[in-house]
Amino acid sequence: MSAQLPDYALVLAGILFGMGLLGVLMRRNIIYILISVEVMLNAAGLAFIAAGSRLAQADGQVMFIFILTLAAAEASVGLALIIQFYRAYRTLDSDAAKDMRG
Amino acid sequence: MYSLLWLIPLLPLVGFLLLVFFGRGMPRTLAGIIGAGSVGVSALLTIIDGIGFLSAPPAAGFYAERLWSWVALPGFTIDVGFRFDALTLTMMAIITVVGFLIHLYSTEFMAEDGEFALFFAYMNLFVASMLLLVMADNLLVLYLGWEGVGLCSYLLIGFWYRDPENGAAARKAFIVTRIGDVAMLIGFAVIVANLGTLNIQELMRRAAGEWAVGSTLPILVAALLLGGAIGKSAQVPLQVWLPDAMAGPTPVSALIHAATMVTAGVYLIARTHVLYALAPPVQLAVAIIGLVTLLVAGFSAIAQVDLKRVLAYSTVSQIGYMFLGLGVGFYSAAMLHFMVHAFFKALLFLGAGAVILGQGDEHNMFKMGGLRRAMPLTFVTFLIGVASLSALPVVTAGFYSKEWILSGVWQSPHDGPLMWLLAGGVGVLLTSIYSFRALFIVFFGEQKIQTTHRPGVAIALPLVVLAVLSIGGGLVQFPPTIAKVNLFQSFIGPVFYGGLPGGAAASGAATNGGAVAVGGAAAGGPTEALLQIIASALSLIGVGIAYLLYRRGLPSHARLGEPAGFRGLKAFLFSGLGFDWLYGRLLVRPFLAVSSFLKGDFIEYLYVAIGAVNSGAGRLLASAQSGKVRWYLAGLALGAVVAVGLVVWL
Repeated sequence: MSAQLPDYALVLAGILFGMGLLGVLMRRNIIYILISVEVMLNAAGLAFIAAGSRLAQADGQVMFIFILTLAAAEASVGLALIIQFYRAYRTLDSDAAKDMRG
Repeated sequence: MYSLLWLIPLLPLVGFLLLVFFGRGMPRTLAGIIGAGSVGVSALLTIIDGIGFLSAPPAAGFYAERLWSWVALPGFTIDVGFRFDALTLTMMAIITVVGFLIHLYSTEFMAEDGEFALFFAYMNLFVASMLLLVMADNLLVLYLGWEGVGLCSYLLIGFWYRDPENGAAARKAFIVTRIGDVAMLIGFAVIVANLGTLNIQELMRRAAGEWAVGSTLPILVAALLLGGAIGKSAQVPLQVWLPDAMAGPTPVSALIHAATMVTAGVYLIARTHVLYALAPPVQLAVAIIGLVTLLVAGFSAIAQVDLKRVLAYSTVSQIGYMFLGLGVGFYSAAMLHFMVHAFFKALLFLGAGAVILGQGDEHNMFKMGGLRRAMPLTFVTFLIGVASLSALPVVTAGFYSKEWILSGVWQSPHDGPLMWLLAGGVGVLLTSIYSFRALFIVFFGEQKIQTTHRPGVAIALPLVVLAVLSIGGGLVQFPPTIAKVNLFQSFIGPVFYGGLPGGAAASGAATNGGAVAVGGAAAGGPTEALLQIIASALSLIGVGIAYLLYRRGLPSHARLGEPAGFRGLKAFLFSGLGFDWLYGRLLVRPFLAVSSFLKGDFIEYLYVAIGAVNSGAGRLLASAQSGKVRWYLAGLALGAVVAVGLVVWL
C-alpha cells in the first residue's frame, strides 16, 4: 500500500522540526534564528500535507496555504524587529537582550 | 433654638471624609478651602449658638439634645447626645475659633508639603473628635472623642513619617497616653458597676446621693479618671510624651499639643467635678500633681535648646497650673486659664512656626537671633504671647487667670501658703525666665541666618487675632482687688457650683472657692493685694534675670556660671529631669529584654522555617528568569514535549 509513504514524510517533518528547534535554541545570531523558525514552519506544513494525503482530504493543503501566508507575514515582522534590535544593541547576538533578567 | 448644634462636629467630619477619599487628586486651593472652611463654618455656628446662649440663657443653665440611642440594654442605656452649657460652650469656642485660625495658618505653613490634603483631613478629624469629646453628655461618647483625638495626635505627630524619629515620637505619645486611658476605662467600668449609668450628669447626681464624702468608691473612681486625665494632659508622671510630640508640624503642636487636646484632662476633671468633691484626697492629689508638674516642667524649660521644646515644657507647666486650680476647687479659674492659655500658647507656637519656616526649618534657638528687625510682626506678636505666658501684671490676659488660680491656692486649707510659695513664687519666676530667655535669644542680638520666608496674610492674620485675644482675653475676670468684673465667673460658675442638688453638700473646698470667687474679697483684700504685688514683681524680676543672662550676652553668663556641677545640672534640666532616662531603665529596657528573650522560642522557628523555605524557592525560581530568550524558548519546548507526552501516553 502507499500508506507507508506519508509516514516517511511525517518522520522527515519531525526531523526538520527538530533541526529547526535546535537551530533556534543554539544559534545566537537572530537572523539564523529567524531562518530556523522558517524551517520549523515548513516542517509543520509538510506534516499537514502528509496527513492530508494519508487521510485523502484537501484540508492539509489548505492549512499549508495558511502557513505559507503566515510565514511570509512572520518573516516581514521578524526582519523589521531584527532591524530595530540591531539599532538598539548594535549587534545581532540575541543574548544581548537580557534587560528583563531577574 | 440650637437646632444646628449637631452640625458643628459634623462639618469637620464631612471635611475629613471628603479630604481623605478625594484629597489626593484635589487641587490644593480646594483642599485648603474644605479643610479650613469646614472648621470656619463650625466656628461661625458656635459663635451664633454662643450668642444665643448668652443673650437668652436656658432656664436650667444648659441645653440637652438627644440624637439617638447607641446601646439599649435593660437597665443600662447609652444615648448619643449633646449637653450644651457654659463649660461646653467655652471649650467649643476655643476649639473652633482657635482651630479655624490654625487651619488658616496651615494653608500657608504646609503649602509646600506633598501631603497637603491628608494633613487637613487629619486636622479636621481632630476637630470633629475634640468637639465630640466636649459636647458629649455621656462618658462613653466622650471616650469616643477622647480616643479620636489620641489617634489624630498619633497620626499628626508622625505626619512626616519618613524620619523614623518622628514615628518613634508618635508611638511614644500613643503608648504613654494609653497607660492613662486604660486606667480611665477601668474607672468607667467601676462607675457602671456601681452607679449603673454613664450619663455624666446622672452619674454625678447618683454619686452625690449614694456615696459618702471620702469613702473608698469615689476615691477609686476619681483616681482612675485622674489617670486618664494626667496621661492626656501630660502631667507628672506621664508628661514625657509631650516634648517629643514636637516632632509634628508646628500647627499641630499649636492646635493639639497646646491649645486643645492636652487640656482634655482638665476638661474631664472639671466635667466630673462632683466625683472629685466626693474624694478630697484625690482632689488634693490633683493639686499636688499640678504643682509638681509645673515646677518640673518649668525647670526643664529653662535648659532647652529647641524653641518648640521650650514651648512644649511651658505647656506642660501651664497645664500644671490648671490642675492646681482644679485641685484647690477653683474650677472657673482653671477654665479661664485654659482659655487664656489656648490663646497665648497657640500664638507662641504659630509665631515659633513662622520663625522656623522663615529660617529654613531651623529649631535650634542658639542658631537664630536678631529676628526683631527681620520679622517685626512675628516679634511683636511673640512678645505679646511671652508677656501673657509670664503673666506680666495688668496688661496681659495671663495675669488675670494666673492670679485667680493663685488666690485659690493661698486659700487652700492644705498648706495653702506653702503651695502658693512654690506655684506663685518659684513657678512664676521660672515661667518668666524661660519665656523671656527664648524671646531674647531668638529675636535679639545678631541675625545669624538669612530670613527666607516672610509671613503672608494667612500666617499674619491668626497671629494678630491671637495676640489681641492674648491681651484682651483676661478682661472678662478681674481680681477683686482691682475691679469688680466677674463676667467669666458668673458665666461658667453655675456649672460647678449650682444646678446640682449634691453639689452644695459635696465639698467644703468647692463651695468655698465658689463663694470667694463670686463674692469678691472675702479672704481679706490687703493680703490678696500684697500677694498679687509679690507675684507680679516676681514675674518682672524673671524678665530682668533673663535679660541679664541672655540679652547682655555671654560675658555675664560666664561670670555667673560654670561652677562645679553646673554643666551636669544643665544636662539634667535639659533631659527633662531625667524622666526619660528613668523610664528607659525601669520599663522600656526590661520590656525589650523580656520580649527579645521570648522571641526565640521553638514555635518561632517553625514560622522562620516556613519563611526561609518560601523565600529560598522564590530565589530559585527567580534565577530562571535569566533574560536570555533562547532559554525561555527551550523551557517552552520542553514544556510542550512534556504536555504532549502526557496526553499521548497517559
